[in-house]
Amino acid sequence: MPLIDACATEDIDLEDVMRFDHGGHSYAIYRSPDDEFFCTDGLCTHEKVHLAGGLVMDHLIECPKHNGQFDYRTGEAMRAPVCVNLRTYKVTVADGRVLIDLG
Amino acid sequence: MPRDYSLLGPDAARAVESGLAAADWYHSDVPRKEMKELMTRTDGPAIRDTILLYGVMALCLGFGIWLWPSWVSAPFWLAYGVLYGSASDSRWHECGHGTAFRTPWMNNAVYQIASFMIVRNPVTWRWSHARHHTDTVIVGRDPEIALMRPPAAARVALNIIGLPDALAGWRRMILNASGRLAPEEASFIPESEQPKVIRTARIWVAIYAATILAAIATGSVLPLIAIGLPRLYGAWHHVMTGLLQHGGLADNVTDHRLNSRTVLMNPVSSFIYWNMNYHVEHHMFPMVPYHRLPDLHARIGDDLPPASPSILAAYREMMPALLRQFRHEDYFILRTLPPTARPYRGEFHQPEA
Repeated sequence: MPLIDACATEDIDLEDVMRFDHGGHSYAIYRSPDDEFFCTDGLCTHEKVHLAGGLVMDHLIECPKHNGQFDYRTGEAMRAPVCVNLRTYKVTVADGRVLIDLG
Repeated sequence: MPRDYSLLGPDAARAVESGLAAADWYHSDVPRKEMKELMTRTDGPAIRDTILLYGVMALCLGFGIWLWPSWVSAPFWLAYGVLYGSASDSRWHECGHGTAFRTPWMNNAVYQIASFMIVRNPVTWRWSHARHHTDTVIVGRDPEIALMRPPAAARVALNIIGLPDALAGWRRMILNASGRLAPEEASFIPESEQPKVIRTARIWVAIYAATILAAIATGSVLPLIAIGLPRLYGAWHHVMTGLLQHGGLADNVTDHRLNSRTVLMNPVSSFIYWNMNYHVEHHMFPMVPYHRLPDLHARIGDDLPPASPSILAAYREMMPALLRQFRHEDYFILRTLPPTARPYRGEFHQPEA
């Protein structure tokens, strides 16, 4: 599957997250404190809340509804009430654009 | 038809069918940059408050034991009791959200201590409280509705000395320690988490057993005055403040401005309650730490009903509504929004009973 051009790198602040919708699916794109980009499914695995409204702390994303946490680099569920891991997607940065591999 | 608050009853099924369960809720508009700044975690305020809380508790405990059994020790026990039996409620709550401290082990440590003091299994109640935030005051879905309709007056009155809730907590602790969960617990706690419920209950039983043995060995009730009983004689403050959170307001709505109440409180009560008096704001944005809730209140206040100016004023608003609910259980207070606020959705403007 071709890479999807999701956004410009400057669209996301350091240590922050942005929602990206594509093909009827919602994704969350993260910019880590060390300026790396990551992508996961956009909805919390607990109760389908958009993670883009949450808080990025280091390499964790905290859900805005129940404060469950995931490591957005691996998708691992780190703190209850989330128990099911998030799906992650490979991200490439080229020419100031964030490209995600949804394959 | 009377409301059925059981999590496994007909109202629970109706809430799912009607889309009230796990619904999208109203939020005031706050730009992302501002919200991110409000959500930012720090350790400083909670470390300060925790040192103050446990420091004062230790002083009161020390003086209480030193002056025991003289009545002169009573004020120290009363203060200790409120910090044990009421401040633990707000610490349990805030640390359960993980918002008090930035450092996770600090949240977890205070959460475990507070859960023990307030007699709420830290695993069970994490899930219970998650449901309370998903389905706030949705009948049949929210397991934490303190004032059902019509109000159970005797139960509420007895809770001022902690009796029904603490006894239920201790009964549940013994059930869990025997290796079992109540059916309602099993309905919202994932199987993978259930062994943790049992492990914690067994640790608590061991602590209480040691306390009771110490009381028997010393021939004094003093160990129980220090551990366990403060949950009863110190409960009044958290009941007084907690009833105001949703009492007399709407149920089965998806706008926290309709079912939650913000009350401005004196500094001592705000410290004990850890700013949970900003309750509309907390429910709307549960990621904002307790020490930033006054800032959030200032930020979105023009979109909320006016805050009650004091605990007394809030009771003056709530009590007539509760009394009316004895005769008309559908009655609720519809609070007026300021002209700057976005209106409630039309279907919530129900005529008064």
